[in-house]
Amino acid sequence: MNFDLSDERQMLSDTLRRFLADKYSSTLRNEVLSDPAGLSREIWSQLAELGVIGALFDEAQGGFGGAGGDIAVVFEELGRAGVVEPVLDTAVLAGGIIADLGNADQQALVEQIIAGELHVALAHGEPEARYDLPYVTCRAAEDAEGIRLEGRKAVVVNAEASEYLIVSAREAGGLRDWEGISLFLVPRDTAGLVLQGYALASRGRAAEVVLDGVTLTPEMRLGTAGQGGDALTKAMARSAVAQMAETLGAMHTACEMTQDYLMTRRQFGKPLGSFQALQHRVAEMLIEMEQARSATINALGHLDGPDRDRQISAAKALMGQIGKRIAEESIQMHGGIAMTQEYDLAHFAKRIIMGDHRFGDSDYHLERFIDLSAA
Amino acid sequence: MDLSYTEQELAFREDVRDFLAEHLDPQVSQKVRTGRELTKAEMEGWHATLHARGWLAQNWPKSHGGAEWTAVQRFIYEEEAARASAPRIVPFGLSMLAPVLMEFGSKEQQDRWLPRILSGEDWWCQGYSEPGAGSDLASLKTRAVRDGDHYVVNGQKTWTTLGQFANMIFCLVRTDTECKPQEGISFLLIDMDTPGVEVRPIVLLDGTPEVNEVWLTDVRVPVENLVGEENKGWTYAKYLLTHERTNIAGVGFCQAGLDALKRLARTANHNGRPLSENPLFAARIAQVEIELMALATSNLRILAAAGAGRAPGVEASMLKVKGTDIRQAINDLARRAVGPYAMPFASEDVEGSNAPLPDPLNAGAVTKAYLNNRKISIFGGANEVQKNIIAKTALGGRG
Repeated sequence: MNFDLSDERQMLSDTLRRFLADKYSSTLRNEVLSDPAGLSREIWSQLAELGVIGALFDEAQGGFGGAGGDIAVVFEELGRAGVVEPVLDTAVLAGGIIADLGNADQQALVEQIIAGELHVALAHGEPEARYDLPYVTCRAAEDAEGIRLEGRKAVVVNAEASEYLIVSAREAGGLRDWEGISLFLVPRDTAGLVLQGYALASRGRAAEVVLDGVTLTPEMRLGTAGQGGDALTKAMARSAVAQMAETLGAMHTACEMTQDYLMTRRQFGKPLGSFQALQHRVAEMLIEMEQARSATINALGHLDGPDRDRQISAAKALMGQIGKRIAEESIQMHGGIAMTQEYDLAHFAKRIIMGDHRFGDSDYHLERFIDLSAA
Repeated sequence: MDLSYTEQELAFREDVRDFLAEHLDPQVSQKVRTGRELTKAEMEGWHATLHARGWLAQNWPKSHGGAEWTAVQRFIYEEEAARASAPRIVPFGLSMLAPVLMEFGSKEQQDRWLPRILSGEDWWCQGYSEPGAGSDLASLKTRAVRDGDHYVVNGQKTWTTLGQFANMIFCLVRTDTECKPQEGISFLLIDMDTPGVEVRPIVLLDGTPEVNEVWLTDVRVPVENLVGEENKGWTYAKYLLTHERTNIAGVGFCQAGLDALKRLARTANHNGRPLSENPLFAARIAQVEIELMALATSNLRILAAAGAGRAPGVEASMLKVKGTDIRQAINDLARRAVGPYAMPFASEDVEGSNAPLPDPLNAGAVTKAYLNNRKISIFGGANEVQKNIIAKTALGGRG
């Protein structure tokens, strides 16, 4: 057993941390947050040049990493610096599905993603689905004219800036069946595809997506008809690891800011950090941080193993609980200043909390852990 | 011991219900129910409606035009108003400044300001906190120096809630720097139209411009706007804070939040069934409901013991800590109930323009409420300060 980072990952981590410390200021983040695009194209290109996106794919896919450890290193740094750009959505989630299922033509899109030239968004969740993965009501029907998609998708992150959406739709089976879910590549400018975009509470943008008579050629199907479930579950597992690492980085920053503030802010004639009641709460946050790091390591270490989903659920259940505690405690110990939008901590706290709303929240994963442990 | 309501109290509840059914604008209650921001006119309109019925100043004595309700009556109103999604009563003039004026203000001040609070001519805001004086309020630095018939005030106040709507601000200012911090503070009433008063909005983490900084630069305030005696302001400030605490448990807010949470849980899907049928989530809701049932009784019990219109002591701190804990737990569950729909910044964004795609759970406002209500354990004396008060009372002299 060895918990050290490999030389390559250590170098990636150091390079990325230096780049972000240098480039990704609060001012830049606030500009990106208020930009209607929801991301900075310049930063995106620079991240691609640094190899940040390539590190999320393996060599066969045109990258130089792609393992759980690579994902965790990249996303912890992105989270620590509060990067808004949708690396998770384009590279791990959508890019991961294309790399997993795509034919030779479709794989060309992965090269473009790695080069920083293309955004793709996964349009899977539906208004009624909540976190229920196989809950797919969107229909796909094939006839002589092609494949027609009908339905609605909810909270599709980074949809507007994406050239393609990966849309899940049912070709067979009942409402909550895994069997029968297909995945399709849909160019964003396809007739009948309507987006209604909005800002997210913590970062970037998302959209409600209506598919009203979207017609595709059969080449736009990813993988085998009706067999998209495994790729979806795998992409969700990898994305959950990315999300946990991002949250871990954001929690690290929140803890650091809180420690600094408690030693700087004076009330009653002394630093707030000299009050024992607050000292104990900081100590508890740091204890929880260690638990969070270990949970993330458990998850990434099992990403390619047989116990993957149970391990992911264990980690994500714990991360949701710890994240809530650290976000809320950081705000509380700062006091009023942390309630203001322009203060950095508010951004990190929101990201930590909102991280629990992606890829299943802590309750969803607690129940899934129970189910998978019983199986 | 009798937990049942008297005939009169039951009749009073019917009155309140009828009144709300008849006079509450459905469009306004819809905004309250879904967590949207009310306009100044909507808030003033609700005050006027209550005033016409004699129900605006619920804890004022009748001699000043108040309703002089008992603790039970206030609780009944609070419960019914929350159930009906009525706007909250803006407290700054009615339940914060007014009790101070009645107790410590001159006859002239009472005759001048109290009727204007009732009529809505004045909108008051609170000038207590400063950038360097939060939990440690007594360290405030805003200076007021006597110059003939005026005080000249310089300094900065912050977290001034709804200051953007106010025309008057009551301020704690330092009039003596040579003594203990608590002994050199005075209580001044300042017209916000006076030259040198500048209000700058602070955007909170949920995006709302709800609070403000108030900058005071060479603001000349007539000496007749001093309440009580110079350098006795700390006493009045503490008196005000205890009155602020008569509704400190926020039981009505909690009940309205719990009702909304249950509606969400019945609507939200969890693996093909309503979320409300999920044992894990149902247990979480039950836990806060059970806590709230006990809190409602604590609230009544403590307010009844304090007597009509009076304020409780250390128990108020207990009500504040427990009440804010429960309310935040309810906000947290509501956010979790809606799943991924907690992520949009605000539901207004989704519903904008032609709104072909309604946000099915109206969830944007849920996250907004969760984020916004992180403030309730910080303001009005942070919960840590409340716990210090409780501990000091419990352990003081024995340590």
